[in-house]
Amino acid sequence: MSELLQRARDLLEQVGAGEEMEVFVSRGTETEVQAYQGEVENLSSSSSAEIGIRILIDGPQGARVGTAYAGSLDDEAIAEALFNARDNAHFATEDEFVAFARPDGVTAASLQLTDPAVTTTSMDDKVAMAIELEAMVRAGDTRIRQVDSANYSDYLAEAAIASTTGIAAAFDRSGSYVSVEAIASDGDEDQTGWGLSVGRAPGDLSLETAARDAIRRATRMLGAVKAPSSKGVAVFDPRTAATLWSIMGGALSGDAVVRGRSFFAGRLGEVVASELVTLIDDPTDARHFAASIYDSEGLACRRNELIRAGYLQQFVYDTVSGRRAGTASTGNAVRGGVAGSPSAGCRALQLLPGDYDQDEIFRRVGHGVFVESLTGVHSGVNPISGDFSVGITGLMIRDGVLAEPIREVTIASTLQRMLLDVMFVGSDVQWLPGTAAAQTIAIDGIVLSGS
Amino acid sequence: MGTVILKNMSETLVQRDVVQRVLNESMGRGADFAEVFVEDRANASASLDQRRIQELSSGRSRGAGVRVVVGDTTGFAHTADLSETGLLAAARAAAAVAREGRGGVREVTLSDLVEYPSRAEVSPASVPKARKIELMMRADEVARASADAISQVQVGLADSTRRFLVANSDGVFAADEQVRTRFAVSCVATGDGGMQTGYRPLAATRGFEFLTTDAIEDAARAAAQQAITKLSARPAPSGDLPVVLAGGSGGILFHEACGHGLEADAIMKQASVYAGKVGQQVASPLVTLVDDGTMTGEWGYLAVDDEGRPGARNVLIENGILTDYMWDYLRARKEGRTSSGNGRRQSYQHLPMVRMTNTYLLAGDADAEEIVAQTPRGVYVAQLGGGQVNTATGDFVFGATAAFMIENGRITTPLRDCNLIGNGPEILRRVDAVATDFSTTPGTCGKDGQQVPVGCGQATLRLSGITIGGTAA
Repeated sequence: MSELLQRARDLLEQVGAGEEMEVFVSRGTETEVQAYQGEVENLSSSSSAEIGIRILIDGPQGARVGTAYAGSLDDEAIAEALFNARDNAHFATEDEFVAFARPDGVTAASLQLTDPAVTTTSMDDKVAMAIELEAMVRAGDTRIRQVDSANYSDYLAEAAIASTTGIAAAFDRSGSYVSVEAIASDGDEDQTGWGLSVGRAPGDLSLETAARDAIRRATRMLGAVKAPSSKGVAVFDPRTAATLWSIMGGALSGDAVVRGRSFFAGRLGEVVASELVTLIDDPTDARHFAASIYDSEGLACRRNELIRAGYLQQFVYDTVSGRRAGTASTGNAVRGGVAGSPSAGCRALQLLPGDYDQDEIFRRVGHGVFVESLTGVHSGVNPISGDFSVGITGLMIRDGVLAEPIREVTIASTLQRMLLDVMFVGSDVQWLPGTAAAQTIAIDGIVLSGS
Repeated sequence: MGTVILKNMSETLVQRDVVQRVLNESMGRGADFAEVFVEDRANASASLDQRRIQELSSGRSRGAGVRVVVGDTTGFAHTADLSETGLLAAARAAAAVAREGRGGVREVTLSDLVEYPSRAEVSPASVPKARKIELMMRADEVARASADAISQVQVGLADSTRRFLVANSDGVFAADEQVRTRFAVSCVATGDGGMQTGYRPLAATRGFEFLTTDAIEDAARAAAQQAITKLSARPAPSGDLPVVLAGGSGGILFHEACGHGLEADAIMKQASVYAGKVGQQVASPLVTLVDDGTMTGEWGYLAVDDEGRPGARNVLIENGILTDYMWDYLRARKEGRTSSGNGRRQSYQHLPMVRMTNTYLLAGDADAEEIVAQTPRGVYVAQLGGGQVNTATGDFVFGATAAFMIENGRITTPLRDCNLIGNGPEILRRVDAVATDFSTTPGTCGKDGQQVPVGCGQATLRLSGITIGGTAA
């Protein structure tokens, strides 16, 4: 048993009469290097630990839960958190659906998500990667005027969840990233491009990919103009498509659905998308950067098919939202650190790949806009009403090939409409960081607002 | 039922002699600058959903961050271990960037501790949890009573008490206690055309004194009304139109259109369209933009910043002419000037950087209603919901969460949510009317992964044209 799980289980002995208790402990180390002008600008190396405690009290009308957390694992901090969790529980409203997870018999996938090289690689080597990345971008094209930031970062994290309802889960993971932002200049005009590479350890990373992407995106935008307003097809590159699927994933949360806060509510079994859309959430696919063995309640993660050939198949649930919906958890409890209660969320989305590569999609689309970056996603997308309006940069597609770059324009539709209007799905899957992997997709009926 | 959450919050975080020794150790290997930042934060939050108090949560986090600067390189380490041993270990980890290894200890001379007492009148810890729940329940009732169409109400309440102590090798030694309280109501209204949302936050760098029953009821009604109004909304137009921004949340426009571009980190890396433009006309003469950390009680208020520099009122643009940028301690030190009190960090686990406090446009002398009356066709934005900017190109967006058409000088049909997009330097020149009805709004600003509370403010103003990202012709 991991030491962390043992600590969590030991704490369970302090459960009071008539209570259930859940302990979530996490611990990790992080490294971050920023290079600038051939030198290290910032170098940070730290470790941290957190604990979250939830106490559940049963009553005549249902259960009540109180939560507390602490940013360290010393006895005093833990005692304070336990006291507060217990106190907080008395103030919640009794709710028949509130419960802690119980083991559900689903076997955890056997995944190796930690690469020890993340800690055995020397700091000097990590520093060298950030510095080399910056140099590659600066040297890669004469139009690169500045590299705003070239970063290397990594983490190694372990966590354990134990509860008096029988949960005992321990898991660990590592991650390693490089990212770089380039500024290209052509006289008075500046344009930016961002590149990245992700993996579980430094050896997985490709500095070339990150550098090439940043340079290509920045230089290709030079000369960008504000396009005239129009309505038609938008082709999303894998990165921007991943953002779209993450938003869709939010609306497929059973928690949002049972609370009447999703445009998918009440539509199970109906056609909600083009027949090209088969969307699954599968944290057991080790290729996915967000792959995970357990969810945030300690249940095994599993493969869930959400949309099949356009038909809405199912939502994702944690224990409480599952009970509220009259079903069970799908192993999709998520929570932002130890600080709060779990909620239901997608963790590792992927869209079934199509047949065409990106160039073939451009050819088939003929005329439209190619979207390379989105801005204002948090301010212009409403997952309840489905309204979608975001700023973009990208290039026009003319006669089946990329044409002039465009900027300072928005695209708009509704999320409902966009799913139905998917025209092509690419074969070029990219395993990106975040909750969605993605490939190029083409969507019709998009209004471009410009000059 | 008591609480232990603030049990130790009146104690000194770390003793002066320990701070001294940690700084000495940090400087020992030949560093140019060292700083220790110690923080103790207590958070409490509660949420109401579907007429139920879902959850109360309490959290405590304590720790210290040490940074050591050698030339242009900063080393940083943080620890949750506030013992002298823990702090010295963090100091050594941060100082590992100093490779010369000159060894020894360099004596740092600390000034007398400058303490900034909390201005909170009603400490969050003193408010019974039952009272917090009563306020949330009241907001739920009032919102639901506003109209049958209100199908969902969510209420959130959060407070934080953040004590910190900061000391550096230049002798700065300061301590502060910041209390922030936030209450927010979100409503969903359901009608024939689907669901629409309304939202109203109340947030201040104060204790519970501003959360009166009246204020909460007003917020609940406003959130409900916004959702209901949008049920009859039609798609927003697309293309360029004049836009009138109502006083208050419209301040986000300036936060995005130029605020971030005036932060010294972007300037020094030549990654801002405003670099090298001090003394030049960058905006309409109607624009006087101020970043003001001294606005007591505002969401971005700070008595002292996270580097020990007192909050200040800084004029950034005066009558359209760029006067200065915003500075943190290190970048100011490099330029041989003083920090403008804009060095902020999310927590002890983060490095400070240049951040805004309360950024606002000074009021003008036009009449708000007149501005609308003199706009034959355009869009009236009553509430903004956030934005984003690329400082290097100046292109920015901001979202309208409550907007209406202006037709023949009158506010008419409500519009569905959309983003507006523009280029900072261009849009600043298009401010062609500013009214007298100044007000402010709270927000959360994200930069390089760090979130800090900020305020925005302006009076009703008009842009002669900006691109509206709707779907209608």
